[in-house]
Amino acid sequence: MHQTPPASALGRIPRVNVEIRGLNMAYGEAWHRQQVITDLDLDVPAGQMTVVIGPSGCGKSTLVNIIAGFEKPDSGIVRVDGQPVTGPGHDRMVVFQETALMPWLTVRQNVSFGPQLRGEMDRATLRAEADRLIDKVGLREFKDKYPLQLSGGMQRRAELARAMINQPKLMIMDEPFRGLDAMSRELMQEFFLKLFEENRRTNLFVTSEIDEAIFLADRLVVLSTRPATVRSVIEIDLPRPRTYAMLASEKAFDYKREALDILHQEAMKSFKMGSGQSDFLEAYAKRAQ
Amino acid sequence: MSGDGTSSVAIQRGGGAPARPRAPTGIAYFQYVLNKKLRSPTPYLMALGIGGWILIYWLFSEVWNLPRFEKMPGPVAVISDWFSRKPFQGTSIFTETYYVHIWVSVRRIMIAFAIATAIGVPLGLIMGWSRRFKDYAFPILETLRPIPILAWVPLAILMFKGLETPVIFLATLASLFVTVLNTMLGVESIDEAYFRAAGCLGSKPRQVFWHVVIPGSLPFIFTGLQISMGVAWFSLVAAEMVSGDYGLGYLILSSYVNSVTVPMVIGMLTLGFVGWITSALVRMAGNQMMQWRTRALALEGR
Ligand SMILES: Nc1ncnc2c1ncn2[C@@H]1O[C@H](COP(=O)(O)OP(=O)(O)OP(=O)(O)O)[C@@H](O)[C@H]1O
Ligand SMILES: [Mg+2]
Repeated sequence: MHQTPPASALGRIPRVNVEIRGLNMAYGEAWHRQQVITDLDLDVPAGQMTVVIGPSGCGKSTLVNIIAGFEKPDSGIVRVDGQPVTGPGHDRMVVFQETALMPWLTVRQNVSFGPQLRGEMDRATLRAEADRLIDKVGLREFKDKYPLQLSGGMQRRAELARAMINQPKLMIMDEPFRGLDAMSRELMQEFFLKLFEENRRTNLFVTSEIDEAIFLADRLVVLSTRPATVRSVIEIDLPRPRTYAMLASEKAFDYKREALDILHQEAMKSFKMGSGQSDFLEAYAKRAQ
Repeated sequence: MSGDGTSSVAIQRGGGAPARPRAPTGIAYFQYVLNKKLRSPTPYLMALGIGGWILIYWLFSEVWNLPRFEKMPGPVAVISDWFSRKPFQGTSIFTETYYVHIWVSVRRIMIAFAIATAIGVPLGLIMGWSRRFKDYAFPILETLRPIPILAWVPLAILMFKGLETPVIFLATLASLFVTVLNTMLGVESIDEAYFRAAGCLGSKPRQVFWHVVIPGSLPFIFTGLQISMGVAWFSLVAAEMVSGDYGLGYLILSSYVNSVTVPMVIGMLTLGFVGWITSALVRMAGNQMMQWRTRALALEGR
């Protein structure tokens, strides 16, 4: 169902599986403990785009933080390539929900940040590699600018370059395009998809947008409301390279329907529990029709 | 994106934009900035504002002689003495002691500010960075900080010999507290996301300190340094009034004691100008060190 990626790309990008087993996570003191993740099992197969979709506040970022190694789960394990995750590492790159480019560094300095601190590349190689990636994300004229001088979309692209230069085994994207206007968001989705289809790096993409999810995904993982657990996994069998037009196909519509049904049920559940997400409920009810 | 040569995914390419003129450098740049400033309303409004204040001051003190203003030397008296070769009351821009007073105060400020910054910034950085160190140091800091600087005067005189050191000590102490506190707050204000990003990219704790903690707290540090400069002047003048032989604070008080009111006002206005210049210098240094911020603000037209 997938075209074979170019051999050169296969040569350099490591293919890893990520396994998440029995994850549990809660916040707060014992007397008002709030379960955020419950018994979550998830696989992120090598070379695929696994998209996680879930209602706002369900624990998606918490999941990301655990996989990235910023937080330790109460129980359960995350294995990357068979190795348990014990802390942050540059084998897993996170593109955060809010921009995390260092505002005091230029685009080029930001992109070079990781390899430079780890002392992995010599100066000339690093510079060439950084310039190549900056070109690739279309920021050639902005490489000596500071992040605050860039638009939101440009910042996201700079961040992609900063992650890619580290040759991570796994890319974790936590709602990276949230907050962009509709136009930049679409452009970024297409751009990001094209990058992925070129190199097929194992990817975990978190979103709360159903169209974005189906457009990007090989596998769509639908989460429950808080505490998050996997409600359903939908294999998205649309051809690659993808185009927006495919979203209008019968198949895409069925996927969307299936996912929205589950999300709708979840919203109903949280509404009944009185967590006051009525606006959310309405929005999804409308879209599910 | 890797190992696939140079294929590039360009989203936006400037097409046939007109060629941009070169940025002026050196004197040309200075002229450009000056021209631009002169074309904005700012300088004229400023001149008008200053003129307005002087006019009111003149009317109150010299024309109408309002109650409470009758002992106050008016602008004409002050200005004519200030710029006179033979000042009636002994102080003008042509008398040498005027500059001695300025220089003595400025020197004291520079020493105090330098010491306070050299100790305060590292101390604040470490306090913000290390929870443990903060636990040790914070109670002492918070107990000493509220003590008004004038309450230290007797102790300072007992502790240090001569006239110079106690005065510098007091100014240093005052600005030290401000610098430490602001630097610490600066570290604590850094968004967690930068620490996470740095950790993700593989930096070690020491690299995080140099590459995240220090640059991330600079905006707060420089705000703190500006306040600390003001506080230093405040305590310096207070200290010079209590114990001193020279300095602008001494000039003001001794003029009062000798019932010459014009040098008193000259001393006050001089303090205002010199204080303004020193805090502008701190601000310029900050802008220089935080290009990333300066340029973003310039983009917003500020
Ligand atoms: N450090 C923390 N301490 C206490 N509670 C937390 C913490 N981080 C997250 N939470 C809580 O956990 C829940 C899930 O948060 P999380 O950020 O993972 O959700 P999310 O799905 O990413 O939401 P969003 O759509 O807003 O990004 C929220 O109720 C939040 O209040
Ligand atoms: Mg989130």
